[in-house]
Amino acid sequence: MSEDLISINNLSKTYKNGLKALNNVSLNIKKGEILAMLGPNGAGKTTLISIICGIVTPSSGKVNVDGFDIINDYRQTRSKIGLVPQELTLENFETVFNNVSFTRGLYGKAPDPKYIESVLKKLSLWDKKDNILRQLSGGMKRRVLIAKALSHKPSILFLDEPTAGVDVELRKDMWKSVEALRESGVTIILTTHYIEEAEAIADRVAVINNGEIIVVDQKKDLLNKMGRKKLRIDLHEKTDTIPESLSKYDLELSGNKLSLTYSYDTQKQRTGITNLLQDIRDQGLKLKDLKTEESTLEKIFVTLVKENNEN
Amino acid sequence: MRINYYGFRAIYLHEMDRFRRTLLQSLISPVLSTSLYFIVFGSVIGNYVQNIDGISYGSYIVPGLIMLTLLTQSISNTSFGIFFPKFNGSLYEILAAPISTFEMVLAFVGAGATKTLIIGAVILATSNFFVEVSILHPLLMVFLLVLVAFTFALFGFLIGLLSSNFEQMSIIPTLVITPMVFLGGSLYSLDMLPPFWQMVTYFNPVVYLINGLRFSFYGASDFNIWISIASMIFFLVLCISVVAYVLKKGYTIKS
Repeated sequence: MSEDLISINNLSKTYKNGLKALNNVSLNIKKGEILAMLGPNGAGKTTLISIICGIVTPSSGKVNVDGFDIINDYRQTRSKIGLVPQELTLENFETVFNNVSFTRGLYGKAPDPKYIESVLKKLSLWDKKDNILRQLSGGMKRRVLIAKALSHKPSILFLDEPTAGVDVELRKDMWKSVEALRESGVTIILTTHYIEEAEAIADRVAVINNGEIIVVDQKKDLLNKMGRKKLRIDLHEKTDTIPESLSKYDLELSGNKLSLTYSYDTQKQRTGITNLLQDIRDQGLKLKDLKTEESTLEKIFVTLVKENNEN
Repeated sequence: MRINYYGFRAIYLHEMDRFRRTLLQSLISPVLSTSLYFIVFGSVIGNYVQNIDGISYGSYIVPGLIMLTLLTQSISNTSFGIFFPKFNGSLYEILAAPISTFEMVLAFVGAGATKTLIIGAVILATSNFFVEVSILHPLLMVFLLVLVAFTFALFGFLIGLLSSNFEQMSIIPTLVITPMVFLGGSLYSLDMLPPFWQMVTYFNPVVYLINGLRFSFYGASDFNIWISIASMIFFLVLCISVVAYVLKKGYTIKS
């Protein structure tokens, strides 16, 4: 999983209205991985995807897909890519089957009803194959968009907010589908607002803000590096203040005065927990319960964006 | 993949499928309106108008009515074909597909021209029910019909490309093309106009198209056939140049 499939070098995009959507972005995407791109609205995620797919023209910089340039060798690069757009943009008066077959044709593939059937069955759309698209629910339309993106067997799949407006059950079904696709060798790049989505399925995470990539890292490493754990210590009796001898631990006293919270870095060799518990006992405070809580990707994301905006 | 044949085919068949889905609007409506022209102009007014160039009035207006349909239908078919996916956002998949701009335009314009030619053929057949139609130069007629259908389908593509709402789409066909056809000798010979209006009509390019087609039917025209062919080719080249320029700039479809 070390081979770079997509390499983005110094990519910038300024729209005609002067909006600088991307600023000197460089990023390598590895073959077979699931990369989640996180970022607030207007961060540049969709612009980045649109440039790689050929929908938006870059102002400067280069993008290679499997060794091919997206401008000069657009036929090679685009034929490898499937795109699920953010909006439910579909030809509403066409049937599901024809719509998916149409996309397959666009990508230069001969008609293959058997393959389209298998894609529709995998996405639980087979019984809707003859339905006109406008008769489908939003969730179903979202699946049709995925079926269209898979209709030509792409080796790279871009999912731009794939589960926006989709109920929890269907969202989890989609995660399973994405995982199955990755297992079949498809490289997946997704943008999402649901941090739990990135946390659940991504291998790596790229955080974009104001058109720049702030951080790219393995999800686990990011959680390890930036993740802080919290130890909540519930007490048997109220304490009005934190004893002086415990001030070195930077504890927080809860509103009901019945618990202390200690934040610590999971990466440090010594977390200080043993000494803290010893000192609490020495102060005569009786422990009722201990709970630990780990930082989520969401908290890391919020912290990163906030820091970036302040700088 | 040097040529995306299946991509071209997909767009072409997709557009033809739209034609099938809207058969009532696409086929029956122009046939009905043309039939009404024959009834009102051919039968009623024809009784009061002498033969023109030795041709009965009803027969004389057939090429003009075919041209009227050809121009309006080729423009509306193709302009709608490109405008609709632009309007509903589904154009993204054509832009993201490994298909060249040339292949995309050819597919849309080819489908628009095909639909128009089908309608043209049906109207020609319909006119046989009302008047006697003879075709002196059938090959020339086919050549002119194909040339006009492609040229104006391309013009329609340009309108669809540049329009940002439905009103803009209908402005040129309604306010420019239809008056030009009616004032372009579709229902009369230029000799029937006073000299001043004859002079004005020479600046109407549609006059040359109608006369060219009329020549292929009856061998009668107000102009030399080569002037007609040259004007059509000039307009085709102009449309190709403008569409190529607009698409190169990515106007309204690509940022």
